[in-house]
Amino acid sequence: MSLSDVVEHAARGRPPDPRWYQIGALSGLLLYGLTSLDFDVTLARVALLLAAAISTQFVCTRIWRLPSFDPKSALISGLSLCLLLRTNSASLAVLAAAAAVSSKFLLRVGGKHLFNPTNFGIVAVLLATGRVWVSPAQWGNAAFLGFLLAGIGGFVVHRSTRSDVTLAFLGLYLALVFARSAWLGEPLAIPLHRLQSGALLIFAFFMISDPKTTPNSRAGRILFGLLVAAGAAFIQFRLFRTNGPLWSLAAFSLAVPGIDRLLPGCRYVWAGSPEPPSPLSKGASDETPLPDSRFWPLAARREPPRAPVLRVLRGPGGRETL
Amino acid sequence: MARGDAKLFNRASQVVLVRDRDRTVLTMSNDFQGDPTEFAIVVPVPTALAREQIHVGEKSLLDHLDAYSAPRLVEYFDPDPCRMVAAEAQGKDALSMVRPASAAARREKSLGVTVEARYTVGEYDILILSAKESEGLEIWLRENGYRIPEGASRVLSGYLRQHMHFFVAKVNLKEQARLGFSYLRPIQVAYESPKFMLPIRLGMVNANGPQELFVYALTRRGRVETTNYRTVRLPSDQDVPLYVKEEFADFYRALFAEQVRRERMQTVFLEYAWDMGWCDPCAADPLSREELRQLGVFWLDDPEERARGAAGVFVTRLHLRYDAEHFPEDLVFQETSDRQNFQGRYVLRHPYAGEIACGAAERYREEIARRQEREAENLAALTGWKIDQIRVKMKLPSSGDGKKWWEKIWGGR
Repeated sequence: MSLSDVVEHAARGRPPDPRWYQIGALSGLLLYGLTSLDFDVTLARVALLLAAAISTQFVCTRIWRLPSFDPKSALISGLSLCLLLRTNSASLAVLAAAAAVSSKFLLRVGGKHLFNPTNFGIVAVLLATGRVWVSPAQWGNAAFLGFLLAGIGGFVVHRSTRSDVTLAFLGLYLALVFARSAWLGEPLAIPLHRLQSGALLIFAFFMISDPKTTPNSRAGRILFGLLVAAGAAFIQFRLFRTNGPLWSLAAFSLAVPGIDRLLPGCRYVWAGSPEPPSPLSKGASDETPLPDSRFWPLAARREPPRAPVLRVLRGPGGRETL
Repeated sequence: MARGDAKLFNRASQVVLVRDRDRTVLTMSNDFQGDPTEFAIVVPVPTALAREQIHVGEKSLLDHLDAYSAPRLVEYFDPDPCRMVAAEAQGKDALSMVRPASAAARREKSLGVTVEARYTVGEYDILILSAKESEGLEIWLRENGYRIPEGASRVLSGYLRQHMHFFVAKVNLKEQARLGFSYLRPIQVAYESPKFMLPIRLGMVNANGPQELFVYALTRRGRVETTNYRTVRLPSDQDVPLYVKEEFADFYRALFAEQVRRERMQTVFLEYAWDMGWCDPCAADPLSREELRQLGVFWLDDPEERARGAAGVFVTRLHLRYDAEHFPEDLVFQETSDRQNFQGRYVLRHPYAGEIACGAAERYREEIARRQEREAENLAALTGWKIDQIRVKMKLPSSGDGKKWWEKIWGGR
């Protein structure tokens, strides 16, 4: 989609592909980190990560014979890796980007990819080599930044229809952090300091909300958000390990197919297509499926039928988040 | 070479954290000056400690580590610019104690305090305490002569609920006299726990004003950083005026204060990160294997380390100024796999002092003037010192006569 398309869609009162918002938000955060927060990542590394992610997407598009090459999701994965992944080794950075993007194609269950790509890229390389790291404190605790992130993230989530999973995660995680501090008799400043974490908000608004890897039904998504929060708190405050949310998300992603079976929801459907897609076409639909239509009943019912391509562009969700 | 060591700062505590997997050896030292009978420390530790887990180390080890990792000046001397032309053509946890300890076992029991162990190690009398209730512990500590400040029991209770124990030490005057030390040596403890943290809250309860802390982490894989406070590099590798050599201590103090101010006292500063195997330039020789062993590096004799031949020790020096308002939580660390070297390093460039007997002289002098102006600006930005005063000290032509630019437009009336 070009800029003129964005403008055109905006002029017609229709939201453009929401992935553009995410790309804009992540780029802004990266710029802020590079200029003001002394991030441990060079411009060359940024270029390398983005190039690796996009070329992996290109190669996979060819191998899986998708109808068209769309770099947006890969760009989002690449930007997210720039924000999170730190390593001395350029080849491990490339490996993480390749693992992240290719996992969408390789690790699929029931027509959905299993892991959030960025989450998988980081966790896989961390487990396999131990030569990368994530600095959860790199954002500092400046409250204004927290609000900024919440604002930007909220905007993105709102358009992705997956705010339920974010709210479930944040709700329980907040409750656990405050409850633990209350139990330990800690002053309020301590839980507030812990929660004013840029890393936590980025995780909640940009990673766990990924509509492609969260359960299909709302009940399933809320359950998933609660499980990830409980797991993150357990890792953080019982095992005393860092990056609890990242590890917890990777672990509970394995449970998503089970949650979908337990709490089935409407599958993604192509606009204008009465049947659910076959697994093969599902792969092709990776970039622009419509979300669970139950949550967009008005939009789905009021609009007169149009050509599929327009419906797709107008679709409020279905994009890849981190 | 001038260097800025930890002694330049008042009220500074120094801590060495030797850490690999879940094993930690903690060495604590502070600059306690005063009557040794008034010295006492109360440190929360994650596990109970046996006698063999406690040791009293040598102060010199910390001094050496400090000297080795301190920010430093390096000097370069310009060569004759004529030859250059030719070459170009070629191509504190301290809580005070007022009276000697005396505690009856019955009293301990009624307060819910258990003295799990009593040791005399070196010049210290050490107790390992556990307790059921923080109030009981607070009363016990008071009754045993530890002047516990108001509000301490709230902090203590948090540690108790996490099943932490308390390491309590006082100076045994008889032992100290027998050993003949006039200063307090660092206390070392070794324990195994997943918690990679440093309790700082207790020390802030009774603190008036910010405190200074140096953390030296010795690890196997790479740099250590805090996970609940941003860790930033101290600005480094900048050219500064030559006179900084004479006042390096002032420079380092002002530099650190200015950076703390800029980061609103919310960050931990990285001052040094290096593989102990080598350094360039070295402010002091790297620590010997024996010194590392004394500090608690326990993996030196692993077959895998021996095969590598290197010391296999990565040093991280962290420096922070903290108070309760800006550092509400204890410090939590992680070891990263970052092996990039970093040091606080400031460069002095001496202009060529000899006769310049070629046409390059004019250009060289202009270049020097530009360079010195840049050095003055660097120094002002690093330390927050007034640039006009810097120019005066450098004997540079001042950019003005102290007047604002607009004062000079209309004749300076």
